[in-house]
Amino acid sequence: MTTLVALIVAAVTFGTVLMYGTLGEILTEKSGNLNLGVEGIMYMGGAFGLAGAFYYEKTAGAMASGPFAITIAILTAFLAGAAASLIYSFLTITLRTNQNVTGLALSIFGTGVGQFVGEFMRVSEGGYVALGNNLKNAFSATIFPDFLVSIPVVGSILFSHTVFFYLAIVVAILMYIFLTKTKKGLYLTAVGESQSTADAAGINITKYKYLATVIGGGISAIGGMVYIMTTAGCVWNHEGLSGVGWLAVALVIFCMWRPLNAIWGSVLFGAMMIMYLRVSLPFVPTEIYKILPYVVTVIVLILTSMRNSRDKQPPASLGINYFREER
Amino acid sequence: MSQEKRIPFVRLAKRAEMDRKKVWLIRISSIFVAFILGSIPMMLTGSNPIEAYSVIISGSLSRPVYIRQTVKIAIPLLGCALAIAPCFKMRFWNIGAEGQITMGAMVSTYFALFFVKKVPNLPFLPDGSPNVTLLLIMLVSGAVAGGIWGLIPAFFKAKWNTNETLFTLMMNYIAIGIVAWLQGGPWEGRKGSQLIPMFDKSARLPDVFGVNCGWIIVLVLVVLMYIYMSRTKQGYEIAVIGDSVNTARYAGMNVGYIIMRTMFISGAISGLVGFLIVSGSNYTLYSGVANNVGFTAITVAWLSQLNSFAMIIISMILAVLDKGANTLQTRMGVPASIADIITGILLFAMLSSEFFINYKLVFRRSDKKEVSA
Repeated sequence: MTTLVALIVAAVTFGTVLMYGTLGEILTEKSGNLNLGVEGIMYMGGAFGLAGAFYYEKTAGAMASGPFAITIAILTAFLAGAAASLIYSFLTITLRTNQNVTGLALSIFGTGVGQFVGEFMRVSEGGYVALGNNLKNAFSATIFPDFLVSIPVVGSILFSHTVFFYLAIVVAILMYIFLTKTKKGLYLTAVGESQSTADAAGINITKYKYLATVIGGGISAIGGMVYIMTTAGCVWNHEGLSGVGWLAVALVIFCMWRPLNAIWGSVLFGAMMIMYLRVSLPFVPTEIYKILPYVVTVIVLILTSMRNSRDKQPPASLGINYFREER
Repeated sequence: MSQEKRIPFVRLAKRAEMDRKKVWLIRISSIFVAFILGSIPMMLTGSNPIEAYSVIISGSLSRPVYIRQTVKIAIPLLGCALAIAPCFKMRFWNIGAEGQITMGAMVSTYFALFFVKKVPNLPFLPDGSPNVTLLLIMLVSGAVAGGIWGLIPAFFKAKWNTNETLFTLMMNYIAIGIVAWLQGGPWEGRKGSQLIPMFDKSARLPDVFGVNCGWIIVLVLVVLMYIYMSRTKQGYEIAVIGDSVNTARYAGMNVGYIIMRTMFISGAISGLVGFLIVSGSNYTLYSGVANNVGFTAITVAWLSQLNSFAMIIISMILAVLDKGANTLQTRMGVPASIADIITGILLFAMLSSEFFINYKLVFRRSDKKEVSA
């Protein structure tokens, strides 16, 4: 029982990272933009989020407050991701470059920038960049009072997570309401489904695509920051972050482009990512165990493509650029 | 509102064919723009970009030893870019070259480790020379392994239109995981070392002009790939599918079969690159054997506009960046990941330059004076 609870808690911690990545990419893809740069975006979010919190602590010294540091980290990560996505948007929407290659370029660029910033901070600060214990605890602390957390089983499963997890759920719910219940959300969906129809209906598709992609990129980037600040212990760690962005892109398909599915989907994949640490299987070597999430992703990809039902399809114009003068 | 105001200030129009000289002029100037933009992060870290670029160049080309090391980096890049080109031409987004290299390297290693004493060399070769039979077996088996690894996602793409981008990518992690397991398990040399033993001398590729003879193999491949893509029926089929799958179907092509065939060829070349890496430069296998070559090669392929001969130059440029960035890190304290940043910017610039080649900006009230930036 305790193993199971510990597994769920760890799964949620890692799942939160994936959830931001996935939610951001869902918003992006809803506009018809397939941004394969999530890997790079999350690197940038991680590096800039850490930088934001670190330099804040450096200037504020002992006065540094946890909630303020968290806000700064979220903001810097969001802005880094939004800036990266802005490059992508400008290239694909305005200059009509190929979305796949632009996304891959953003992946290379973003991982480079993330590494660069992480390394640069390490070198310029003399070898070690980490937050003080005060802030470190603030990032991994729960927002609920002790008496709720200490309820056996339920307390750990429901109330022991970081603020980022609850925030991600709020984002997921807001995104769900936005996409299905508001006029603007339906417009956005229309843009993703058929750009020419949306254009003919008088929707400013350029604006919608830009906004969705930039905000989506910002949300994805928060995931990178959450990884660095919680799982990695507030230290730049690019190895742990590698591959997470790509899993997030795969999760979008797994979640059928629905924000609410991202909540449990991310936690499920989070569980697979860390299971080898918590639950040992006889006869299965660790290294083989570690590829489990990737094998499952492949199976999911195959199954979803085989099932092929009408309401579980990607936005119809995903990956296609729009040029009004072209017919 | 007057009629004139309703015409937008600037609009786009598709350009008719541009002459080739001008096209390459735009592309080359975009490369320059990229290098200028790449100097921004250098300045932010407080280094002089001109000095930094000269360190990159002197660190990779100023001595024969450096040049040899740079060429050694360029060989797998070029080989793998050749592998990726037909897929990208077909609009099949194979980002699994990393895994295909790893699988090729793995199977080649299998023969290098366990068949080194069992395969006789050609009778007329003197003792102590590389075992040509063994090397050939390693080459072919590596290529087949890479091909099969590439065929798996292609099969599902052909059959159920499964998303190939993510599929090929996931296959990377799976291949790397398998090698990581072999490295610490069945193939481990000294117990606890987490290392696979070094290859026997006879299973190593011989050097020609100080660099393993892989460079000859990839240069031959450049010519073969050029002929394949531009002079054969199969190359033509790939181009048609890339332009329009429906046209290809209408013309009676078996699209699924062509996708699988192309991916097998692509994977096989990547697998061969894997063989070149283990037998030509590492002399052993480890999980990071592909070392991001599969991803950087995408850049090489795209920057060269999928032109085999341009790939030679581009792969050398990126190899210079890669080798030079390491020197830059030790000498000036600029993190070596600057190479990735510049590579990314190069790609962005090259992609954007296509816009100026394909479209022209038409400004209001000056229809006759077309301005192209």
